[in-house]
Amino acid sequence: MIEILGVSHAISGRPILSDVTLRLPSGGVTALIGPNGAGKSTLLSLMARLQKLQAGRISFDGLDVTRTPTDRLALKLAILRQDTVFGARLTLRDLVEFGRYPHHRGRPGSGDRAKVEQALALFGLHDLGDRYADEVSGGQRQRALVAMTFAQETDYLLLDEPLNNLDMAHARHLMRTLREVADRHGRTVVVVIHEVNYAAAHADRIVALKEGRLAFEGAPAEVLTEERLGALYGTPVPVRQVDGRPVALHYG
Amino acid sequence: MAGPAVPDKRLATLLVLLLALCAAFLTLGARGDWGFVLAWRGTRLAALLVVGAAIATATVLFQTVSGNRILTPSVMGFDALFVLLQTGLVFALGGVGAAALPALLRFGLEFGLLMGAALLLFGTLLGSARQDLHRMVLTGLILGVLFRSLSGFLQRLIDPNDFVVAQASSFASFGAIDSQLLALAAFLSAAAGLGAWRMRHRLDVLALGRDPAIGLGLDHARSVLLVLVLVAALVSASTALVGPVTFFGLLVTALADRLMRTHRHALLLPAAALIAGIALVGGQLVVERLLGLTATLGVVVEFLGGLAFLVLVLRERAR
Amino acid sequence: MTAGVTWGTAALLAVLAVASLLTGVIDLAPGNPGAWGVLLVSRLPRTLAVILTGASMAVAGLVMQMLVRNRYVEPTTSGTGQGAALGILLVTLFWSDAPILAQMAAASLCALLATGGLLLVVRRLPPTQPLLVPMVALVYGSVIGAVVVFIGYQLDLLQYVEVWTNGEFSGVILGRYELLWASGAVAVAAYLAADRFTIAGLGREASVSLGLDYGRVVLLGLLIVSVVSALTVATVGMIPFVGIVVPNIASRLLGDNLRATLPGVALLGATLVLACDLIGRIVRHPYEIPVGTVLGVVGAVVFLLLLHGRPGRAG
Repeated sequence: MIEILGVSHAISGRPILSDVTLRLPSGGVTALIGPNGAGKSTLLSLMARLQKLQAGRISFDGLDVTRTPTDRLALKLAILRQDTVFGARLTLRDLVEFGRYPHHRGRPGSGDRAKVEQALALFGLHDLGDRYADEVSGGQRQRALVAMTFAQETDYLLLDEPLNNLDMAHARHLMRTLREVADRHGRTVVVVIHEVNYAAAHADRIVALKEGRLAFEGAPAEVLTEERLGALYGTPVPVRQVDGRPVALHYG
Repeated sequence: MAGPAVPDKRLATLLVLLLALCAAFLTLGARGDWGFVLAWRGTRLAALLVVGAAIATATVLFQTVSGNRILTPSVMGFDALFVLLQTGLVFALGGVGAAALPALLRFGLEFGLLMGAALLLFGTLLGSARQDLHRMVLTGLILGVLFRSLSGFLQRLIDPNDFVVAQASSFASFGAIDSQLLALAAFLSAAAGLGAWRMRHRLDVLALGRDPAIGLGLDHARSVLLVLVLVAALVSASTALVGPVTFFGLLVTALADRLMRTHRHALLLPAAALIAGIALVGGQLVVERLLGLTATLGVVVEFLGGLAFLVLVLRERAR
Repeated sequence: MTAGVTWGTAALLAVLAVASLLTGVIDLAPGNPGAWGVLLVSRLPRTLAVILTGASMAVAGLVMQMLVRNRYVEPTTSGTGQGAALGILLVTLFWSDAPILAQMAAASLCALLATGGLLLVVRRLPPTQPLLVPMVALVYGSVIGAVVVFIGYQLDLLQYVEVWTNGEFSGVILGRYELLWASGAVAVAAYLAADRFTIAGLGREASVSLGLDYGRVVLLGLLIVSVVSALTVATVGMIPFVGIVVPNIASRLLGDNLRATLPGVALLGATLVLACDLIGRIVRHPYEIPVGTVLGVVGAVVFLLLLHGRPGRAG
């Protein structure tokens, strides 16, 4: 279980998060939604200890992120920030192999290599393993980055807008793979998503943030209503039921 | 990260080439007493190798933590800072006082000062490197000018009649080598080199950048600190021995990168060190024995390194 | 505001000039029979040389910035000065008793080529990365500088190279600085063409649409920058940073219309160099610290402040 207790965060005096308390059970896919500047990325960074916690506590299965050694946390949770770019000359396989680093600390065994191939296969990259990261498409690179967090074999995967710059087919493929990661591999996936309908279609839980505070949380079918979405984004959002799922019609 | 079981073929080729050049350097055109020739040339050869390895390693390390290939310790003014500290020490203690210090203590003092200053200055600056690289590099280049000018200023204050221009000059001199200093520099470089080698896997992860490195369980701040300490040690060693070398490291790492086409420090570090040795020993052979020119290798190396910098920058933007 | 700054600077310059006339080893007390001679042969020429150099280098810096369209370049760090030194070196090498005019021509020509080369390189850089330009220029300058040192080393002319590259006024006496008047005259010529440089600073397209022969203005600018640099390098040596620091400060105080700001830039340049020369003369009296060294420190610090302070009005 992820426990977030009374987390507040300010950057040069400007509050980004205000007293967020949240408990996420293990397993399943949780989508973090909310308007721009709601504090989603900051919350994810704090959960992944990429930024120092200013107030409150965050723990994963009882492991406090500020007190647990960072190398131990790397075996508990994996993070992918948005717009991750690497300057180094890396093939997609190299990239995914880095996910194994917390386990072998630079001396990979045959087990590690097998897991890398498994991750490549799961994300549909087996033919692309030897291609350099700057030679493949943005979608393929993005999948490789998610595969890297998967190869880290942690109970928790935190992904910050992995659908960025992906077209419809790639986005859907990635979301289905994340679903599989949760269902078949028993991982807990927390993902920041901009497009509400992807969250509605693939997530078990929705957590909505607005202006640094928790707006609402719950199952998609319960919380994705016209009133709630309209209030969250500050604009009317018609919602229809299609095949028993809420669909936001926010294009018109 | 799967390290090759057999030593890389390219590394082996580089090693053979370097050994051949070393043999040529020691024997080519030698006359008279062999014992004397070998001792004299051996000292200079050792200096070239130590300086080459130190600069190469320092540059690779620095580029890894800064996440960029045109940022090097010397471009950021490390060398010039060391010269300034040397001068400052003489200024503070007086020429006689500084000369009276045992070499080891004096060097240790200079090294310690450099480490402190480097951590203070570059530790804070490095944080912003990823956001605003050009401002960073420009700042470093100007800091280099500032440090050199300050050294010149202090030297005038120390003894206006016969201040030592050699130290403040912008180019390295591979001429006469102080054998005691050589031993010290060799030891320091070897220690730092060993440290870098032991960190090689961690360096691979560091090269990914701060967030991914933390995500993979690296204590990022501590690792960067450690790397900066190693860089300071290596720069101290090479600068104390031959003086500042601004662009050589850049040339070497650019070549190593092109040749090895890998992110693995297990390959990059030795490749860069070997290439640096080849460039310096080979360069000295050509400049001194074939062209019959006097000690100007430092200038040639700067010229080529500066060109490499321009090519890299123009190319980087073409991509 | 413009007038206030200009007159204030002029007053400061006058005060510094008097101080410069009165500073030196020999006491100019009234009644000292040699005083008048010292003043005429040494102090006055030196003071004039400093003022002329400072003013024309600042103007040259500003003109160069308009040509390169970047605020952070100037002749002595971007290859022009190094080119000039290379020219003098080559003349010394191949025509050792060349008349001074030939020396100057060679120095100017090499400076021109070096600056033109920089322009070609800079044109290939993206306009969205303004700090890339000074970075490249600085390295470009040091590459040419390495060539100069290399040749100087081989021919045992390194001490001359040292003289050309590190500006110093201690050797200035009557009869050995007059070339700088020509440099001052070139700076005045720049003033006459000020409007054209202002427009050229807007870029080729804006220039052409305003009916300007862009190529000719650029060539004129290159000539001005090169001749000023050549004359300065040959007479007193390189004076670093004046060309960057002064125009940047002037632009913040006075704006970017060259016709209005050039006189202020010239005055500020003269004031800055004179102040630094005085510092160099006073700090370790009776010895001197070259003005190039003083400016290396002062200029670098101000440059860093400009670089990290609040952004200027334009890239």
